[in-house]
Amino acid sequence: MADTTNTTDAPRTSLGMSDASAATGEPGLTQAWERKQRSDEPTVVVDDVHIVYKIHGAGTGKGSATSALSRIISRKTSPTIREVHAVKGVTFTAFKGEAVGLIGSNGSGKSTILRAIAGLLPPERGKIYTNGQPSLLGVNAALMNDLTGERNIVLGLLAMGMSSAEVRRRYQGVVDFSGINERGDFISLPMRTYSSGMGARLRFSIAAAKSHDVLLIDEALATGDQSFQRRSEARIRELRQEAGTVFLVSHNNKSIRDTCERTIWLESGELRMDGPTEEVVGEYEKWNRSRR
Amino acid sequence: MSTVSEQSGVAAPALDPNAGLSPAQLAAKYGLTVSGARPGIGAYTKQLWSRRSFIVTYATARLTAMYTTAKLGQIWQVMTPLLNAGVYYLIFGLLLQTNRGIPNFIAYLCTGIFVFNFTQSAVLAGTRSIADNLGLIRALHFPRACLPIAMTVIQLQQLMFSMGVLGVIVLLTGEPFTLRWLLVIPALVLQFAFNAGLAMIMARFGAKTTDLAQLMPFLIRTWMYMSGVFYSVSVFANHLPHIATRVMEANPALVYIALIRYGLIQSQTTSTLPHHVWPLAVGWAVVVGIVGYVFFWKSEEEYGRG
Repeated sequence: MADTTNTTDAPRTSLGMSDASAATGEPGLTQAWERKQRSDEPTVVVDDVHIVYKIHGAGTGKGSATSALSRIISRKTSPTIREVHAVKGVTFTAFKGEAVGLIGSNGSGKSTILRAIAGLLPPERGKIYTNGQPSLLGVNAALMNDLTGERNIVLGLLAMGMSSAEVRRRYQGVVDFSGINERGDFISLPMRTYSSGMGARLRFSIAAAKSHDVLLIDEALATGDQSFQRRSEARIRELRQEAGTVFLVSHNNKSIRDTCERTIWLESGELRMDGPTEEVVGEYEKWNRSRR
Repeated sequence: MSTVSEQSGVAAPALDPNAGLSPAQLAAKYGLTVSGARPGIGAYTKQLWSRRSFIVTYATARLTAMYTTAKLGQIWQVMTPLLNAGVYYLIFGLLLQTNRGIPNFIAYLCTGIFVFNFTQSAVLAGTRSIADNLGLIRALHFPRACLPIAMTVIQLQQLMFSMGVLGVIVLLTGEPFTLRWLLVIPALVLQFAFNAGLAMIMARFGAKTTDLAQLMPFLIRTWMYMSGVFYSVSVFANHLPHIATRVMEANPALVYIALIRYGLIQSQTTSTLPHHVWPLAVGWAVVVGIVGYVFFWKSEEEYGRG
């Protein structure tokens, strides 16, 4: 483990963190990523963050051009815009080597905060500081159902920031991993012809082709049949090993317990609890039972 | 901030060297950077350049996906400009007879329509480029300027089909193939830079004011009638004072259309070109291209809040 972290650290030392990253290198530690030594070096600092979604067209359609014109001239906001305050002043710090679970009921702001950490959703107030570029595991948005599997692989890998040379190198690996071609040449068919399982497998294979410094995983990823599930779980474990810090959003308390030593519980956009997984998930389950 | 103390009490060991630091101080101590902060224009340009294959692949993918469900498939790439030209010829050539004094009106008209359509579609697609790709923006990291530029590349690819059609039309209407045709290439390169700049400007406006997507078709149509697409602007320029004529002739759409007409059609001579046509063409491309790029970059971290 010490070796892998040190090699990934090499470029970071230029950012002025040489002392801190040296402290993490404790050789001889166990291979299991769950027991990775947490260092004092923070990788993600979330400082009193508020996130507000502005939703257009929540009321009466888009309106006519003339009403749009008068609205632009009068500089009034559209009456159909509604604001949703999704995250309300959340503060926490994640450290290198940590796997942090995010739990909470639907709409509690888990995925939103993940996107904000990735820098994809600008906070309304507050700041998020990160080490390097955190990435969400997922490329679904870049893929197009009308295109063939092969073109989607290229598109997805490029969208994640690979160069075309890298894409050429990785292409076959992604096809093999997805197992789409196990029963005939399906990769050259449009993605809309795939079964839902096949599509999910391809999407996961593309997303998992790249390793990240800070890895953000949203919800259950292991889809598809048994053998693919085993392969994807193994791949996620690998990705976690390579990543400095992992965030996992899940409704599956077992997978949180299995993978995260620390858990943050969000409820209606507020941080309810932050601590060792056993305690937090225990409280969360108790709270859920009491609501029923 | 009870959460801070709670968190550091739980997660940090007893000998925490960072005890007592505020989150901002902690971040500063370890050199963390603000997530999603806007990079400098130089770094931004570098990122954008490294994404060039993505831009082209994304544009091609969008264009291909556009027609995959149609039975005739990619033939529509050629059919659409042809049908467009047919409609306008019917109305402006046969019914309204706006061809007064213009030799080879078909070629004249088609050039105008195709070239203006390049700018028109790039601006319209640019206006919607942020709102239409919110999913992408909220899932992946890339310089957002990729989007309006990719939209312009899509329109450029479509224009290539139109230019093929146009080449055939021009030859069929009896124009010879001359070296002047080569002028089309620099003219289109300049128009591309102008369009990309304009698409980026409109993308930033469109991201904030989504109503703009509804308004743009009206503005663009007004612009089209000012740009001499269906008739020579000299028709009404004659009634105007000299200065107004000059202003009308500086219209970038008119400049690019005039240049490409001059390249393709023999009867268009240098006397039909606006004054200072090349400086105008280069000027519009450089100024709008750079202004649009910087203007778009200025708001980089805001896209996605939509």
